[in-house]
Amino acid sequence: MNIEIITSDLLEVATLVIMGITGLAIARIRNLFAVVMLSGIYSLMGATLYVILDAVDVAFTEAAVGAGASTVLMIGTLALTSDRELATPNARTVKGIFVCTLIFAALVYGSFDMPLYGDPLAPVHQHVAPRYLGESMGEIGLPNVVTSVLASYRGYDTMGETFVIFTAAVGVITLIGRARRKKSGKDGGSGS
Amino acid sequence: MMMRRKMVLRVVSKLLIPFILLFALYVQWHGDFGPGGGFQAGVIFASAFVLYGLIFGLGTLRTALPSWLTRLVLAAGVLLYAGVGVASLMLGGNFLDYDVLAHNPLHGQHYGIILVEFGVGLTVFAGIITIFCAFAGRAAADVNPSEPEQAGDTGND
Repeated sequence: MNIEIITSDLLEVATLVIMGITGLAIARIRNLFAVVMLSGIYSLMGATLYVILDAVDVAFTEAAVGAGASTVLMIGTLALTSDRELATPNARTVKGIFVCTLIFAALVYGSFDMPLYGDPLAPVHQHVAPRYLGESMGEIGLPNVVTSVLASYRGYDTMGETFVIFTAAVGVITLIGRARRKKSGKDGGSGS
Repeated sequence: MMMRRKMVLRVVSKLLIPFILLFALYVQWHGDFGPGGGFQAGVIFASAFVLYGLIFGLGTLRTALPSWLTRLVLAAGVLLYAGVGVASLMLGGNFLDYDVLAHNPLHGQHYGIILVEFGVGLTVFAGIITIFCAFAGRAAADVNPSEPEQAGDTGND
């Protein structure tokens, strides 16, 4: 094993440990403002992990959306609600831990059927990936294969994703963008 | 309003915002050669405006970027994306088959990808701004219930 692989493995383990600690802290802390900040840190560590795994496009999205946009939106939500979490009764905590342990065990059991980490013979590397990697330069002509796959080979899916974002924004406008205006109209003038 | 006295935040954010916008444009137009693309560029471009709104207030943000404009951009992005698909249909190809957009299939692919990514960027940018303003506008209206009209004008999309 060369030194580069060992270093990247160590980095992965360290990042995962920090993510685990952040997750535990999120579960323990009652101050929701701190929880939002910690979830931003969790997303940043996730982005770091993707960089180590050479998935820079995914890391980019995770840093921009997970650590940036969603943190701002969560703070906006805190401004609307409360930044204190109510204490959960102990009996419910025990039940919750029980359910989480069951799901964790089921996930670990399921992971035994998955191909080994980094296995080049895994089905995902045998299906369409060789064609994308081998022939996209001749068919699309872009050095970034991720862009070729997203925008051309899978252009239809990306259009669906864009429509999802459009629908989300329209949904937010109809749910909380308009309601206040109607209500303030009622409060403001009896004549309207 | 509380930010009126935070001199450091105001100066630093004013310094940072042009670079954030420039970086977003780089990510948008360079996404076919390096990491990034329309989605990331849209979020980064929007984050510059979100920062502006956080520091200088929602009303100032809405003066720079009125709600009709963000709604227009929101729809224009998806229309551009689907329009590229319809254009390739009209030119005799399949839906979103960029080969027919130019005489050389490789050039057609390149045009198609740039246009489509620009559509994604527009919609994501406007979507983030819209959602942020809707949330922040609601919060502002709850803090100042005495001025519901003003909150309705500045905050709501």
